[in-house]
Amino acid sequence: MKSLIRASIGILLVCGILMYTSHAMDATSGKSGKDILTIYNWGEYIDPALIKKFEKQTGINVIYETFDSNEAMMTKIEQGGTNYDIAVPSEYTVEQMRERHLLKKIDHKQIPNLKYIEPDFLHLAFDKKNQYSIPYFWGTVGVVYNKKLLKDKKFDSWDDLWDPSLKGKVILVDSAREVIGVGLNSIGQSLNTTDSTVLQKATNKLIRMAPNVKAVIGDEVTQLMINGDAEVALTWSGQAADMMSENEDLTYSVPKEGSNLWFDNMVIPKTSKNIEGAHKFINFMLDPKVAAQNSEYVGYTTPNKAALKLMDPEIVNDTRYYVSKDVREKLEVYKNLGKEKIGEYNELFLRFKMSIR
Amino acid sequence: MRRKGNLLSLIPYYIWILFFVIAPILLIVYYSLLDLHGHFTINNYRNFLTSVYLKMTLSSFWYAFLITLFSLIISYPAAYLITKLKYKQLWLILIIIPSWINLLLKTYAFIGIFGNKGPINAFVKAIGLPNQQILFTDFAFVFVSVYIFIPFMILPIFNALDKLNPALIDASRDLGASKITTFRRVIIPLTMNGVKAGVQAVFIPALSLFMITRLIAGNRVITLGTAIEEQFLTTQNWGMGSTISVFLILFMFIIMLLTGERKKGVARNGKAK
Amino acid sequence: MEKLNKRSKLYLALVFVILYAPILFLVFYSFNSGDSMTNFKSFTFAHYKEVFQDSRLIVILINTVVIALLSALIATIIGTLGSIGIVSIKNRKMRNTVLSLNNILIVSPDVIIGASFLILFTMAGIKLGFMSVLLSHAAFSIPIVVLMVLPKLHEMSSSLIDAALDLGASRRDILTRVILPYVKPGIFAGFFMALTYSLDDFAVTFFVTGNGFSTLSVEIYSMARAGVSLTVNALSGLVFFVTLLLVLGYYFITKRQTRSGAHK
Repeated sequence: MKSLIRASIGILLVCGILMYTSHAMDATSGKSGKDILTIYNWGEYIDPALIKKFEKQTGINVIYETFDSNEAMMTKIEQGGTNYDIAVPSEYTVEQMRERHLLKKIDHKQIPNLKYIEPDFLHLAFDKKNQYSIPYFWGTVGVVYNKKLLKDKKFDSWDDLWDPSLKGKVILVDSAREVIGVGLNSIGQSLNTTDSTVLQKATNKLIRMAPNVKAVIGDEVTQLMINGDAEVALTWSGQAADMMSENEDLTYSVPKEGSNLWFDNMVIPKTSKNIEGAHKFINFMLDPKVAAQNSEYVGYTTPNKAALKLMDPEIVNDTRYYVSKDVREKLEVYKNLGKEKIGEYNELFLRFKMSIR
Repeated sequence: MRRKGNLLSLIPYYIWILFFVIAPILLIVYYSLLDLHGHFTINNYRNFLTSVYLKMTLSSFWYAFLITLFSLIISYPAAYLITKLKYKQLWLILIIIPSWINLLLKTYAFIGIFGNKGPINAFVKAIGLPNQQILFTDFAFVFVSVYIFIPFMILPIFNALDKLNPALIDASRDLGASKITTFRRVIIPLTMNGVKAGVQAVFIPALSLFMITRLIAGNRVITLGTAIEEQFLTTQNWGMGSTISVFLILFMFIIMLLTGERKKGVARNGKAK
Repeated sequence: MEKLNKRSKLYLALVFVILYAPILFLVFYSFNSGDSMTNFKSFTFAHYKEVFQDSRLIVILINTVVIALLSALIATIIGTLGSIGIVSIKNRKMRNTVLSLNNILIVSPDVIIGASFLILFTMAGIKLGFMSVLLSHAAFSIPIVVLMVLPKLHEMSSSLIDAALDLGASRRDILTRVILPYVKPGIFAGFFMALTYSLDDFAVTFFVTGNGFSTLSVEIYSMARAGVSLTVNALSGLVFFVTLLLVLGYYFITKRQTRSGAHK
């Protein structure tokens, strides 16, 4: 009994000391002031130096919290109990959040730097007047592959993934719209198809690819591709860039039939308590110098036209990422198809996954 | 033991059950009766009884069984040997410490270890065999799962073995029982409680494993846990996710019913059996 | 104490090697001058330096440890008392029901627990942050404590308690002098497993946290998309060695005390 009590007291003491230190540290980094801005973003998705710079410039203290999926983030904001001032959802989530009245309007008068954004990336279907969202990064979906392991293979067409010589070599992302989208693109259909018979056709074609599929995974694909553990993978351009910076044998291509164009966007959730600060932050991130630094740190493609001029030309002229305008015209932005259709996509995807073994 | 006073100690526990078990269950049952638009329906239940989900249920049980079996096979001798060591408490803690390092990080490490350039394949190559695909196989999946659950199995078994009266074993030996008979007739029955606790602590959570099914098995293994995860986070169909969860809870109740204590006094002092 | 033969020693050694292999792998790459767990480029301490410069990461680490220790302590107290209560329930059906209820949180996937706790907390008007995370962690750790303590209670013969009662011990005495010392190994096992549960949890914490409060797991999972930085490896390596040192130190200090002192 004595030892139990002693152990308990010991634990309480240790906790007390730790909490005191963490409080002391919080105070030194100035997180206890009044003017606070809470940012809700993906992990490692901003250059931390820029947050420090923003804090210095404006005197606002930033709290940085992270999430790992659009849907989980939306659930948190919808349920309340938190006050996030900035969040960074993907475009289809922007549409859903808008429908559920989770977003506040952005006052363009307070964002003079908006003029630096490439006009092609504004006024898109998911937010026609950019009333609720400002693009943060953009990218494509494509195929990353290892030139050394797959000699003289090219992935100019989606159909190349069906090549019998790729048995057990293809890695897919664990995401319904991207994978069903491969099926849709390969039969020349829109990524926003809602016709069930077409979806069925695309799935049937995918199921024929099953013998080629090595695995259906998430972000772990980065490590596998760098290691040379996998030959070819369906992935997002940003992740492909991560992989290619670590392994020179890798390259990325967007098949000619077309693909998805995605955006991550800054929004102001309805839970925001510092709307003025949120606007300041958005404007700050659109500053060409800041955007350039951030893009170089994170490795994703920036929609900021003016920033491109400040960046390493080798990156900016790499058409694998900064795809040319005519390729861009073939890319499609996801529309929000409604819960039922998304459910259908997921059911079909589940059926495809179960066919793999 | 069975005095009224002890029931008082149940008060905080009952409060916990009320707020953190009963209340969530009610929520889950309520959600399981809603469709995508929030209308009442029993379609989710009908949907579960289709072949896709039944197949998934079977495979969940099969893998949970394999994981539990291998955890037990590895943990029992390990726990037994640790009780024989000089600093046994210390060794026991050393078994637990690895489980305090973040699981996702360890899983990434396993991806590296199993990879083509990882240490295992380096060894395979060194002895002249061709490269082995280890990742995304059943073996890798069961191996990593067992890895995660080993401490949960070793601990209760160790606790049961540790208090085993050596005099009992000596007595059995003196009476002419062989090592194996002693083990089967004396040691195993006496540690049954610990084994049971270990099996519960492994089998029940193994039913709802997720994450590793994707990271290590590449979604070639799809368990009920994975399906729930997807329904909640990707499809955002909380109704269906809750329905699968209701079934999981039902399965657990059935397991508890089957493995629960049958008669009073069984397993106590190991008299029975 | 009989000596282990070679084969047994080899077996145990193998178990330990496997248990520590992924951790050594992590630590190895924390010295990589590249920035992923592949292609060891050259040796560097840079990631360790980064750990000490990143005050946000250190605060998160402290949060994680405090939540783990406190929640495990709360869970152990409630769980132990609960199991003592459970074995005193006379009705077998009732006892089995309570045990089944106990296991529900173990069988439920984390997202479900997280989402339902989030709904409960917002309904109850509890502010999301330290408190909500602490309560949730204690809540989902209680069942594993019960699972670890129960077998020890079952093992304890009732004659032990009867004897104590005959000798005129009060109920309080029985609890503190007879029951608790006997089930102590189970209590510690429960505490350690509760620590494991708390340190590993991502989904529940993600849902119930807020207002700038974060734990290491949440941080690491949300890094997955853009790549987990090796700083986290370095941090884990440090935590691992400090834990190891603390445990070894504590163990041998108490050992020496018990040897020189008289008790136990």
